[in-house]
Amino acid sequence: MDSRIRVVIAKPGLDGHDRGAKVIARALRDAGMEVIYTGLRQTPEQIVTAALQEDADVIGLSILSGAHMHICPRIMELLREQHLDDVLVVIGGIIPDADVPRLNALGITGVFQPGTPMQEIVEFIRTHVAAKVE
Amino acid sequence: MDVVYRRESLDGLDVAQASPPPGVFPYTRGLRADGYRGKLWTMRQFAGFGTPQDTNRRYRALLAAGGTGLSVAFDLPTLMGRDPDHPLALGEVGKCGVSVMSLADMEALFDGIDLGTVSTSMTINSPAPMLLAMYLVVAERQGVPWTALRGTIQNDILKEFIAQKEFIYPPRPSMRLVTDIVAFCTGAVPKWNTISVSGYHIREAGATAAQELAFTLRDGIEYVQHAVDAGLEVDRFAPRLSFFFNAHNDLLEEVAKYRAARRIWAHVMRDRFAARDPRSWQLRFHAQTAGVSLTAQQPWNNMVRTAVQALAAVLGGAQSLHTNALDEALALPTEEAALLALRTQQILAHETGVTEVVDPLGGSYCIERLTNDLELEARRHFDVIDAMGGMVEAIEAGYPQREIADSAYRDQQAVEARERTIVGVNAFYDRAHEPVRTLYIDEAAEQTQRAGLDRLRREREGARVEAALEALKTAANGPENTMPRLLEAVRAYATVGEMCDALRQVWGEYQEVPII
Repeated sequence: MDSRIRVVIAKPGLDGHDRGAKVIARALRDAGMEVIYTGLRQTPEQIVTAALQEDADVIGLSILSGAHMHICPRIMELLREQHLDDVLVVIGGIIPDADVPRLNALGITGVFQPGTPMQEIVEFIRTHVAAKVE
Repeated sequence: MDVVYRRESLDGLDVAQASPPPGVFPYTRGLRADGYRGKLWTMRQFAGFGTPQDTNRRYRALLAAGGTGLSVAFDLPTLMGRDPDHPLALGEVGKCGVSVMSLADMEALFDGIDLGTVSTSMTINSPAPMLLAMYLVVAERQGVPWTALRGTIQNDILKEFIAQKEFIYPPRPSMRLVTDIVAFCTGAVPKWNTISVSGYHIREAGATAAQELAFTLRDGIEYVQHAVDAGLEVDRFAPRLSFFFNAHNDLLEEVAKYRAARRIWAHVMRDRFAARDPRSWQLRFHAQTAGVSLTAQQPWNNMVRTAVQALAAVLGGAQSLHTNALDEALALPTEEAALLALRTQQILAHETGVTEVVDPLGGSYCIERLTNDLELEARRHFDVIDAMGGMVEAIEAGYPQREIADSAYRDQQAVEARERTIVGVNAFYDRAHEPVRTLYIDEAAEQTQRAGLDRLRREREGARVEAALEALKTAANGPENTMPRLLEAVRAYATVGEMCDALRQVWGEYQEVPII
């Protein structure tokens, strides 16, 4: 039975800058997680569908375009509708400080701003997925 | 990198031949014998946000502050050929650049700016033909003949597949659009730079300096080959190809990179493509300081990084330069930060004395050795890509994308292992998080643009738009250059989304196979 943590890494919205998403995907894979990268220009619906189909434990969003306060509420709403409340949602990219508490309030506690080490993200996911399982 | 370079480090390289005086083939030391004394670089600050009116104000401020050229940053919906009311455009309108939906927006963008005297660079790729058509019609309405227009359209789709990922159509029809612009402008807009063959984005995506150099120039080779295959005579279009490189942290390596670029391109054009006009051999480039090097932590440090990177570009002989603002790891720049970035260039130009001497680092053992090494490494990449059948084939095989993904991962590992130091991030940190006032773009631009779109659709002649879009599709399905049809559509106030959708119907959309 494969007990590896399953992570969907997604690029929502129109932004195509994928260096960060791909580096994180590789880091998580190297850390022993099962990583599914959705590719670019995904709608919230496509991302949630992927999470459902892939039986994801985690959704990792990469947003550099400033559209996070539109995209994130929609994703969280869709996850609730699909009864995927247990999925851990984390986000990286260009997130102004002022928006961090707003994202936290939506249920996104892992907000990784520029300069965050890969290892910190790996540890965060390991800790929080374990907590949810318990 | 060696600790010290000596004559022996040159390994028998004939410097006099490899790096003759500036203005002499292969132009390693520069294109002009008089360098910046003859012509200073253009201070061309990339800018755009919100509505066209918002950006017009910023352009006027930059010009008033001494900027000598304009550079348009478009928002993501515009870049991706989507109108502001498209579902994917939600939350994105005006956030990363200016929203330009139609001719009306392009007119507003350049309100009060004489296109006959100002040169403009437009960073746009997949919908480049549409936006260029809009610019041409604005010029027309200002009474400026197209023969007088100076500027650049980025129009470099290969690097989109490789790095920036703002592609719409598959590679082959995309290359056709690139060539349509080259062919059209060669006749009708002769002072216009038809492509800005770009390495900046390739570098930002994680490439090394050598990869940036190699992939950029190989993209250039691909464009020249396609234009020649389309029946264009090389000396007619090659003088109007231009380049765009990153200006990164390692000053010595960057200077060597620019010198190697000039040397390689001169040989490519003369020896591979048999160009005879010296202007076809001369690589002109714009540089931008490295966005990826800017940190969110201790943002004031970024001013220093930008200054050093700009110095590298100047020592390397850039024809045009953009300097980033200190707050750009956090947001689009505030006006104050943008003006300070411009002042950085002005101080370099007028206070440091480096402009008095052409290629001042030339002749140093270090720089000549690095130049040669980078040239050799680039040529090795050329051989690999040529063996694959060309850059389009290499992209389809995932070759440059994989190289870049590997370099990006190695770089991140180096940072986290502290093999590479980033001041304020993995060394010399502050405990306190330092707030800097940043530009916040709210939803007003999106609302304004959506309302404008409704108004446009009510007021324009729908039938004329439909006919123009049908004619565009017909052209796309055959050999006819799409530019005249795009001009008709633009004059009828077709939107970017509508014109791009028409071509989506013909060519479909490209889905990349992601390479991690």
